[in-house]
Amino acid sequence: MPHDHHDHLSPSGHPYRPDDDHPLTYWQQMEIAVRELLIEKGVTTAADINTQIDAMDARNPSHGAAVVARAWTDPAFRCALRKDASAATREMGFDIGPMRLIALENTTDQHNIVVCTLCSCYPRNLLGLPPDWYKSRAYRSRTVKEPRKVLAEFGVTLPESTTVRVHDSTADMRYVVIPARPEGTEGWSADDLAKLVTRDSMIGTGLPKSPDAK
Amino acid sequence: MTEDNTFDGRRWHDMGGTAAGPIPTDQHDFSLWEKRVDALMIIASSKGHFTVDGLRRVLEDMGEDAFETMTYYERWIASVNQNLIEAGVYTTAELAQRMTEVAARGATYGEAASA
Amino acid sequence: MRDREYMRVRSDMPPGHVRTPSYLRGKVGWVERTLGPFENPEQLAYGLKGDPLPLMRVRFSMADVWGPASETPHDTIDAEIYSHWLEPAEAPNAP
Repeated sequence: MPHDHHDHLSPSGHPYRPDDDHPLTYWQQMEIAVRELLIEKGVTTAADINTQIDAMDARNPSHGAAVVARAWTDPAFRCALRKDASAATREMGFDIGPMRLIALENTTDQHNIVVCTLCSCYPRNLLGLPPDWYKSRAYRSRTVKEPRKVLAEFGVTLPESTTVRVHDSTADMRYVVIPARPEGTEGWSADDLAKLVTRDSMIGTGLPKSPDAK
Repeated sequence: MTEDNTFDGRRWHDMGGTAAGPIPTDQHDFSLWEKRVDALMIIASSKGHFTVDGLRRVLEDMGEDAFETMTYYERWIASVNQNLIEAGVYTTAELAQRMTEVAARGATYGEAASA
Repeated sequence: MRDREYMRVRSDMPPGHVRTPSYLRGKVGWVERTLGPFENPEQLAYGLKGDPLPLMRVRFSMADVWGPASETPHDTIDAEIYSHWLEPAEAPNAP
């Protein structure tokens, strides 16, 4: 924490928030101006903006992990998820807003992996904001052409007999991968199973953790 | 990308299948101003002032140079602003004056953000 | 070949905002499912009202997109393509 000095206080006498005491950039200047204008014009309020930030901060991969673990342990839910993943996810109590979600199930026969080649569409309303690599030129360019090489960079090697299905998130749908349930987890509770489900396993660039690693 | 320099109509953001290096592994957390940009986009679009396709259209038209030299949320605020001006939510003159006022408040984000 | 509805993605290369990736233009795949209707993003992007359009999830084999030298020819790519970009086609000679 380079800015964590007790003598480094703002004019109000409070410490600066981390990253608030760097020189103002042009784009930050624009953000402040746009935000103030939107509030003055009645488009939004400061409270609404804070609420939206809190809502986005609250979304994280553990929400998706809970959905996956329930799909592993509740056949009726798995069925509902396959039919309408948005409705099934909302029914579990997750506020995914207007997002239209499709769940892609991995089996021994097929492995799903999600990319957005045109921008960086991601099921953010369930999993939170995407990792930086998901938005990178390398991931967006290569995944549709050489998914197995991309997977290998993430440490995932699949047999030829497993079909890799790449999903290019080009339009209105968002995707969450339901990885295959790890062997050796018979009788586990959904809560314990959820701890094995990683973010990358729900994008398709990873596999769930092994039960030994719990 | 074509081998020669003849433009075939493929735009820079349309990256699927082009050659690229290893997937980068570095990761950073978002700062407050970036989260605010994200929130402004969600709020302004949910109120019907523009759409996610409007956001993307401006990002695409900003070109490859912007993709390489600006951060993700720097590009987003530029696009959000462009869309809001096009939608008539405020004028360029209003933005211009406000940005000047903002800069006059102080040299850091923390100072400038406290009206 | 099974009873599938095959479609060719139009090979147009217009300027402006479109959601059909260029690597799929001119390629043939089959309709995995039909979604929508959704508003046309090519209008929404310019602040216009979007006409409702069916949205097809089209599945392509790697071989049909990248040729026989593709990484693993029987692997697949699914993409969502708006109906005005699709035309009926014969089944390709996919593996």
